[in-house]
Amino acid sequence: MKGNEVIAEAAIRCGCDAYFGYPITPQSEVMETLMAQRPWEESGMVVLQAESEIASIHMVYGAAGSGKRVMTSSSSPGISLMAEGISYMAGAELPCVIVNVQRGGPGLGTIQPSQADYNQATKGGGHGDYSLVVLAPASVQEMHDFVVLGFELAFKYLTPVMILADGVIGQLMEKVVLIDQRPRWTNEQIAEISGSWSTTGKAKNRKKHVITSLEMDSYIMERNNLRLQEKYDQMKAEEVRFEAIECDDAEYIMVAFGSAARICQKTVQIARKKGIKVGLIRPITLFPFPEKIIAEYATKVKGFLSVEFNAGQMVHDIRLAVNGKTKVEYFGRMGGIVPTPDEVEAALEHKLIRG
Amino acid sequence: MSVVADRINEIIKPENLVYAKSPLLNDDIMHYCPGCSHGVVHRLIAEVIDEMGIQEQTIGVSPVGCAVFAYNYIDIDWQEAAHGRAPAVATGIKRVMPEKVVFTYQGDGDLAAIGTAETFHAVNRGENIVMIFINNAIYGMTGGQMAPTTLIGQVTATTPNGRDVDLNGYPLRITELLAQLPGAAYVTRQSVQNPAAVRKAKKAIRKAFEIQAMKKGTAFVEVVSTCSSGWKLNPVESNKWMEENMFPQYPLGDLKDSSRADAGLYSIKG
Repeated sequence: MKGNEVIAEAAIRCGCDAYFGYPITPQSEVMETLMAQRPWEESGMVVLQAESEIASIHMVYGAAGSGKRVMTSSSSPGISLMAEGISYMAGAELPCVIVNVQRGGPGLGTIQPSQADYNQATKGGGHGDYSLVVLAPASVQEMHDFVVLGFELAFKYLTPVMILADGVIGQLMEKVVLIDQRPRWTNEQIAEISGSWSTTGKAKNRKKHVITSLEMDSYIMERNNLRLQEKYDQMKAEEVRFEAIECDDAEYIMVAFGSAARICQKTVQIARKKGIKVGLIRPITLFPFPEKIIAEYATKVKGFLSVEFNAGQMVHDIRLAVNGKTKVEYFGRMGGIVPTPDEVEAALEHKLIRG
Repeated sequence: MSVVADRINEIIKPENLVYAKSPLLNDDIMHYCPGCSHGVVHRLIAEVIDEMGIQEQTIGVSPVGCAVFAYNYIDIDWQEAAHGRAPAVATGIKRVMPEKVVFTYQGDGDLAAIGTAETFHAVNRGENIVMIFINNAIYGMTGGQMAPTTLIGQVTATTPNGRDVDLNGYPLRITELLAQLPGAAYVTRQSVQNPAAVRKAKKAIRKAFEIQAMKKGTAFVEVVSTCSSGWKLNPVESNKWMEENMFPQYPLGDLKDSSRADAGLYSIKG
């Protein structure tokens, strides 16, 4: 199946309650697949095409207030429009899943794949001090799995979760193992999970619930911020996910996520045939970033190469983790160009080994 | 006991009660200025929800603007929306919980400027929600700047020489525009300048909530309102200014009273 179609299929099967979205290339198949599947007839899942990405994310905000599982998807320019609503959801501590199938920017940019929204996704993307859990799928299977995982994390931390895919993964066709259809949560389950904060109508035996990110008292607002930061610290302690490939004996390590990591896997094979001991660290969570494993290898290897489809964004997070202990270089292409494994191997030799 | 206390005790006997605060309004002192219409409209909404017995089903969506704190006063569940996005937020709530009662409460900047797109499309979809629109022709919370509904010649913080058509365009009669949309079931313009008007406004708000229960489409109630602080007039002068200047531009009355249009009128033939 195609990566974008799998997002829709996983949403239906994991019992998602609602999807709100607006068409944008290269991810329009998500909503098209949902509309073709007509899940409202089977499970009652709501699927609605909004008038804009702004409206989509605020529909998600409203629907998430009910304690139900709600999601949207878009691509880079659309995610910029959603930044307001994502910030509000982070501030109001509402769970949801947001898929960004990235394309090249800035501006209208291109419809070709890119990873240029790394900073936007991992540093919050909107105004205020907040972070999202950011999951970076490198296969169609992970597109599927991260929808399911995304909802788990969204409700564990009461936070928006972003699946940061790119045009390659969105359009890629691969075999995928789908989960069995799960029922949507019942009202009783929702009451148990979210009953302490959800706005479903004020029952006689409880105080009114108000979902807001507003607080005029600076001392309380600071406490709210500290609570968010504690949450992010807990994510850093408990949710870091990565894959380390052939790193045990490595003299050099490449760091790459999403489709760039797929290319680097091939580069590892090519370089090792040449006798270059290179490994690959693939961050699966971009926030929380796998800084510990990188810091550990920083004292063991001769250098890191960050490979990204952008101008060098993740490289800064690697440098922070490495903290000056070894060399950190960047190689990437922009504008929708996807480099070949040989091109990456050449950069590895040129920038890191001989550079 | 003083004579005064005796008299007060005589007066507050239950059998003398002719009017009481709605049980849905709490005792918090409202932050609204003297002469502001918000307090009256809050009271009407609280009364309607109480009288219809829908407190446990109702979710309010408060805006950005003076009424951002509406959630402090009416004892129901609330979601506070970003500036202008209340109709989208209400859409999200209503779509996943169609059995609940959902309303937005928005000012003119929120509903008719920054949130114009969300307003139009929610009404055009015929969302089964109630929208309460407070039009006082000025931005109250940010300190009295020009609103989309500010009248020509009206002085505000950003139109110190009065609103100028060449520079600022025209006052937006958004309610007339919304009445044209097939998704609208009930569109009305009310005010609360005297007891008779307050009674009519309450009837309109109640009707709007009843229309939601009947799933007839969007019910939209504009309330032409005062902003004494923004207009720099006392409450009595504000009412007079509203009657003399606002009512001719924003005439009161029903603009649409039916239900959302039959899809057949808009369908392809083949």
